Amino acid sequence: MSGQMSSRGRRYFDVLVVGAGPAGMAAAISAAKCGLRVGTVDDNFHPGGQIWRTGSRGVPVAEAVRWFEAFERSGIDVLFGTRVFDQLERGVLLAETPLGISELGYGKLIIATGARERFLPFPGWTLPNVMGAGAVQAMVKHGLPIKGKRVVVAGSGPLLMAVSTYLLKMGARIPVISEQASWRSLARFAVALSGQRVKIGQALRLKMELARIPFSTSSWPVEAHGKDRVESVSIWRRGRVENIRCDYLACGFHLVPNTELASLIGCRIERGCVQVDDFQQTSITGTFCAGEPTGVGGVELALVEGQIAGLAAGERTAEACLLFRKRKRGMKVVSALEDAFRLREELRRLASSDTLVCRCEDVSFSRLQPYTAWRAAKLQTRCGMGPCQGRVCGPATQFLFNWNTESVRPPIFPVLVESWANLADKPNPEP
Amino acid sequence: MPDRVVLTINGVTMEVQRGTTVANATVLAGQPCRTSAGGAPRGPLCGMGICFECRVIINGRLHCRSCQMLCEPGMDVRTDV
Amino acid sequence: MSAIGCDVAIVGAGIVGAACAYECARRGLKVIVVDGEMIAAGATAAGMGHIVVMDDSEAQFAITRYSQRLWQELRPELPDDVEYDQCGTIWVADDEEEIEEVHRKQRLYAERGVPTEVLDARELRDLEPNLREGLVGGLLVPEDGVLYAPCAARFLMERAQRHGANVRVGCPVTRLEEGQVALGGSQIRADILVNAAGTSAPELTPGLPIRKRKGHLVITDRYPGFARHQLVELGYLKSAHTLTADSVAFNVQPRRTGQLLIGSSRQYGAEHSEVDHHMLLPMLRRAQQYMPGLGQMLMVRAWTGFRAATPDKLPLIGPWPPDKSVWLATGHEGLGITTSLGTGRILADCLTGVKPEIDIEPYLPSRTAREQVHA
Repeated sequence: MSGQMSSRGRRYFDVLVVGAGPAGMAAAISAAKCGLRVGTVDDNFHPGGQIWRTGSRGVPVAEAVRWFEAFERSGIDVLFGTRVFDQLERGVLLAETPLGISELGYGKLIIATGARERFLPFPGWTLPNVMGAGAVQAMVKHGLPIKGKRVVVAGSGPLLMAVSTYLLKMGARIPVISEQASWRSLARFAVALSGQRVKIGQALRLKMELARIPFSTSSWPVEAHGKDRVESVSIWRRGRVENIRCDYLACGFHLVPNTELASLIGCRIERGCVQVDDFQQTSITGTFCAGEPTGVGGVELALVEGQIAGLAAGERTAEACLLFRKRKRGMKVVSALEDAFRLREELRRLASSDTLVCRCEDVSFSRLQPYTAWRAAKLQTRCGMGPCQGRVCGPATQFLFNWNTESVRPPIFPVLVESWANLADKPNPEP
Repeated sequence: MPDRVVLTINGVTMEVQRGTTVANATVLAGQPCRTSAGGAPRGPLCGMGICFECRVIINGRLHCRSCQMLCEPGMDVRTDV
Repeated sequence: MSAIGCDVAIVGAGIVGAACAYECARRGLKVIVVDGEMIAAGATAAGMGHIVVMDDSEAQFAITRYSQRLWQELRPELPDDVEYDQCGTIWVADDEEEIEEVHRKQRLYAERGVPTEVLDARELRDLEPNLREGLVGGLLVPEDGVLYAPCAARFLMERAQRHGANVRVGCPVTRLEEGQVALGGSQIRADILVNAAGTSAPELTPGLPIRKRKGHLVITDRYPGFARHQLVELGYLKSAHTLTADSVAFNVQPRRTGQLLIGSSRQYGAEHSEVDHHMLLPMLRRAQQYMPGLGQMLMVRAWTGFRAATPDKLPLIGPWPPDKSVWLATGHEGLGITTSLGTGRILADCLTGVKPEIDIEPYLPSRTAREQVHA
């Protein structure tokens, strides 16, 4: 990485990649291979994003090792601890870094901003130690002792199994995995993936490791109990409510694409996914998108989409075309996932009238019910006006009430006032 | 570099493994990170820096996302509970 | 085509429309309120929600003071989510010229019974320790306040409904004339049509001298106690004064949640609602100059809004001469929240033959018609 930048510096890259998860890493490596000057930014302090989170030691998971090595060897400039929050003008993004604000100029942009967990409200979900499934995994990777602790894993999606495998390996005790999808949905998922040898292998390995854990389908959390933190959780399974003691509740309902940056700069987004062409190019020429924001499809798909985007940004379209077949196979996962882990109706009725939906502003379910649109609800209750900027309550209200969340405005991430103020070129314009 | 880091949480001294996030340190200390607008204790939710539930006061600075910050020697962490 | 009848049809469900609806309905008039979107969709949602006395002109002073008194009367009935806070305003002086302005204001307000207190540099810092060093002094106006406008508008509308008003949102209005409000597929017939549509008012009543004046605002995370009063630089008056130039001025407001609302900016000729960096950045920079501690605060949202501005900076309240069924309640620029209650009262007084409590001549729309005639 080049030397210290001034607290207001403009850096220019032929290709700027936002996000250093699998898609971003693959895109950066491919673009660098084209001989371009590549820069990558990420809020974290190591590459890997969420699914390949290394923890503080920076040691990658086995299947990621070769990607990490290639990333490190590729001569890419990586800006860690860096959050993109605004577009200054076409071709220049603004980012907040540990050293101050940075203007990032680029010729081509690759958006690889990944996805986040979807949270749905249910009584007690705001108790400390109730977290997302990926969240518990991330916390353990960063030093949370979990050995001997009881963790109930709940919600929906393949993440639950992946997290459970990891937690088991770290010595946690998992009384149950509660998956809201039905057994039939999951069986269909497995069938849809046949032909995806890697996935089947993974699935079998997971199954073996999890054999000792009760895995309930058509099951969901009904209430988390505890005084200052979660002590037990009531789970609906096998036709009735069971109360299970736990130290942590790891609960997330599949993933939601992070489309805020794409939305800010004006990329076309449909049904919550950034629209791209065969070369991963968005509706804005020169801006590409790879990985979960184009449709949640897992690591393998993210890697191939990243490679295509990187090659396309480097105008090596012939090489990019060679990857189309692999991507096509990976796309099957996207629709299979959507289908298998579709959220069931019962989840709309988990919240009781005083269950909080907006955690930043403490807005309860009953206060939101009278509204038919997001904007009115926001204005009157301030739901969605807190620092999470609707990242938690937005997907929840979309599911609960069918509201459409609006287009984004800068800052797309809370930043310090001085990150904008110090950019002002001129003193106060004369009246 | 020492393997352990010493910091204080709400005035109480704690020792953690290097590489532990501040969020984890508060969990280890049995403290919630913050108090919600309605007065309830809250801890980390998303673990990846987007929910802002894990905000704590670090060395006098408010609203630090503790899940995105590593414990450093001598850090003064306060939860606003 | 069916037509519904009423006494007063009000177009615009912002805080001004809501205040008008309340005042008319509680006097027994049959009221229908219509809005193309929802309650508080326009400037009401975007603004700072301040209740301030302003003395740019006698007429401006009269209506802001009158209306502020009405808010004080209403205060005990306001629900919690309106977050009414009589925090007061401090006009901050940066140099000797501004201190003279402080004294001028103090004398003017004293003559008119508005309590104020002149602050020297030390007193200013005692009251607001986070203002930068070197400010010369200020004027405290303790009866000013702030509130959360969207909830206030909803409250007034609910009150209107309790007195029998009918509120129809999501109904875009295509025509407002000759005793009829056209709504796409239906009509509303009324003796009196009130145009309270803010920046959309000229679309419904062609010839209204209203221009859109864009503003930017930023809100921070919660920092309780950082500022205790609404803080405004005296240069704000220069900014609000100018009719043509773009300008920014220091204006910070503490909300009851502990969040800081940072403004303010004014520009003409900007039609789109996106954030303009060439306005926002200087605005934040100016705020940071007055309160350096703001720099280290987390900024959570930024947004824009449009004020409905008239050439003489006074609202248009009263009958519109070219169409005897049309009345106006619009053009409030940056004082819509403050003067909403006064506007509603004046309008309802006129409609029910009650003598308004202040001289309404300066606000009559006929003044602009006269100007047009003389032009």
